[in-house]
Amino acid sequence: MSLINIFSDYTLRTVALGSALLGAISGVIGTYTVLRKQSLVGDAVSHAALPGIGIAFLLTGSKNIEWLLLGAFISGWLSLYIVNSIIKNSKVKYDSALGMILSVFFGLGLVILTYIQKIPDSNQAGLEGFLFGQASTLLKRDVIVMSIVGGAIIIIIALLWKEFKLLSFDPEFCQVSGFPKEKLDLILTTLIVIAIVTGLQTVGVVLMSDMIIAPAVSARQWTDKLSVMVILSSIFGGLSGVIGTIISSSTRNLPTGPVIVVIISAISIISLFIAPGRGIIWRRMRDKKNKKRLNRNIILNSIYNLNIEGNRIQGYSLEDLSISKGDFNFPINTIEKELEKLETLDLVKGKDEKWYITEKGINEIEDFRGRLEE
Amino acid sequence: MNVQIEIQLIAIVVALACSTLGVFLILRKMAMMADAIGHTILFGIVVAFFITHDLNSPLLIIGAALTGTLTVFLVESINKTKLVSEDSSIGLIFPLLFSIGVILISLYAGDVHLDTDAVLLGEIAFAPFNRFVVNGVDIGPSSLYIMGAILIMNIVYVSVFYKELKISTFDPNLAMALGISPGIMHYSLMTLVSLTAVGAFDAVGAILVVAFMVGPPTAAYLLTDDLKDMIFLSGIIGTISVVLGYWTARIFDVAIAGMMAVMVGAIFLLIFLFAPDRGLLSIMRRKKRQKYDFAQISFLMHVINHEGAKDEREELGINTIHEHLGWNKEFVKDIFNNLYKSNLVYIEDDIIRITDKGRDLAISNAEEIVNGI
Repeated sequence: MSLINIFSDYTLRTVALGSALLGAISGVIGTYTVLRKQSLVGDAVSHAALPGIGIAFLLTGSKNIEWLLLGAFISGWLSLYIVNSIIKNSKVKYDSALGMILSVFFGLGLVILTYIQKIPDSNQAGLEGFLFGQASTLLKRDVIVMSIVGGAIIIIIALLWKEFKLLSFDPEFCQVSGFPKEKLDLILTTLIVIAIVTGLQTVGVVLMSDMIIAPAVSARQWTDKLSVMVILSSIFGGLSGVIGTIISSSTRNLPTGPVIVVIISAISIISLFIAPGRGIIWRRMRDKKNKKRLNRNIILNSIYNLNIEGNRIQGYSLEDLSISKGDFNFPINTIEKELEKLETLDLVKGKDEKWYITEKGINEIEDFRGRLEE
Repeated sequence: MNVQIEIQLIAIVVALACSTLGVFLILRKMAMMADAIGHTILFGIVVAFFITHDLNSPLLIIGAALTGTLTVFLVESINKTKLVSEDSSIGLIFPLLFSIGVILISLYAGDVHLDTDAVLLGEIAFAPFNRFVVNGVDIGPSSLYIMGAILIMNIVYVSVFYKELKISTFDPNLAMALGISPGIMHYSLMTLVSLTAVGAFDAVGAILVVAFMVGPPTAAYLLTDDLKDMIFLSGIIGTISVVLGYWTARIFDVAIAGMMAVMVGAIFLLIFLFAPDRGLLSIMRRKKRQKYDFAQISFLMHVINHEGAKDEREELGINTIHEHLGWNKEFVKDIFNNLYKSNLVYIEDDIIRITDKGRDLAISNAEEIVNGI
């Protein structure tokens, strides 16, 4: 199997398209859940969708994706409603309510699935696939439904762009400036539930939560702009969908959902490390550079201080500098090394084991002190 | 021992072991970490199984439990970078480890006797099949002994470190000042949580462990403010859920552990609605009564404000007062009748008057409200 297969193999193309769509949709929606610190909502909703899928199947007797998704949507939404009522009306904390409701709903889902299995000729095979996803069973029909849902979500987000932005970054201001905060909240939550539910078939209830979090967390590292974050996040999500599908189709017995999750997690980890400006490696480098510059400035500063107090033309030996008063004491060889570096920058001048500060050095340190005072 | 009783006994021991630690989890706002651990031990179980090839080996249990500790460590490392919020760090780590676990199982499914459903969902009905045999004598299901040992460990841990746990849970700064390391308490608790989750997985499945860890303590939290009472109550709630869940599942012939989790939810719901003082119904009743009491005081203050004024016939007239209060006429009538019965107001020449008793009551109440603010 290779990349070329994706364009020639019809089934694989459908699956890859479906996974890409799922990744892109959850990437867009995930941006908002991550920014609003509601990441674990995805976890709760996806687990809680299970009983809805079972009940929808029991009521309609069909495995048509529309009915199953509707069932999943209702029970996912209901679980969030219950969580919110619990925390609003009692002293129970958010995480306890979320953890309890997700596991209780999941338990109910298992109960219903086992009940369905006992029904003779119920043709229920495949419902368990919702646990871990079964991307390989995606049909063209499913992909069409997913594109319609995804398109609708993107249109709504585009229409309510400013409102959602305000809601995510400054909910209090959103309220006082006269936006219907509660309604916007409701719409956004509904969109989140819809996005999660659409992805269930591909990656399953257990792993769907990650598709909401990981693309957005990765995108967040690369930008501070909401619009860029939304686009990047959907690209990361879509890309991991396609790559995951290709890898899992290349090896027998490799489940698609978990592979997609591993890919998107890898993207997140890489982003956390190398993203310019924010990433861990960049930060380390900046810290190191800052520390170096600080050391240099401290030494330049002590020569400057000695120079002001003492005789201007007199140079200073390393020993003078090492006992010079100050909050920082460096070993002599560090001082020497730093002085040599300062000399290459023309800030000090060394002559006969004595060190002199140059005009440029004086300007530099006065400039630096001026900036510190500001 | 009868198989039915054995199953229930195992489940009760699981429920007790979970709720003992669960109380501290929910008080420390770590419920979702328990959920994460419930998922990641799959990875630990798989890796440990590849090494030991025996699902009941103590080595497997310990190895898998360390994955839970690893999860906590990884989440905290990501958290410390401040690049990601805490809930996102949890949400990043557990699906990754879980996925690796699922992939490993799928790739080597032919070689090992272990499938994802079993780990994730568990099947308590099979738990008694694995017997603990000593010197050729069958002394009961081995999972009962494994979970029993874990339960005893949890109880010993909580009783020995009760004070330390309590202080580090409610006041980490005080704990630090007293020389109790919150970090050590945190990691020891979380290691036991994952040990319990691993021990319980083949009985109830990794996800439903969370229902037992979080559900009963959350329900008990609504009933009491006392930590010890909370631990006992959650044990009782867990036990009731197990027994109810078992028999309901038997009647409908459905997933036993799933039904037990549903019962946990049902008991919580009952307590949430009907608990004395803190239940939703008594809160609503209290709110309604407060609203009514407040309306009575407002009514009395209105009378005091307008009595003797030029427009008192209009403001306090029995047919016009509701317009000035801005309330529904029926409601005003109801309030008036109540006040009249308590001898706080009376009618004179179609104008509402206030008695001395009413005046005292209104003014003292109004002062209370003002001072309260």
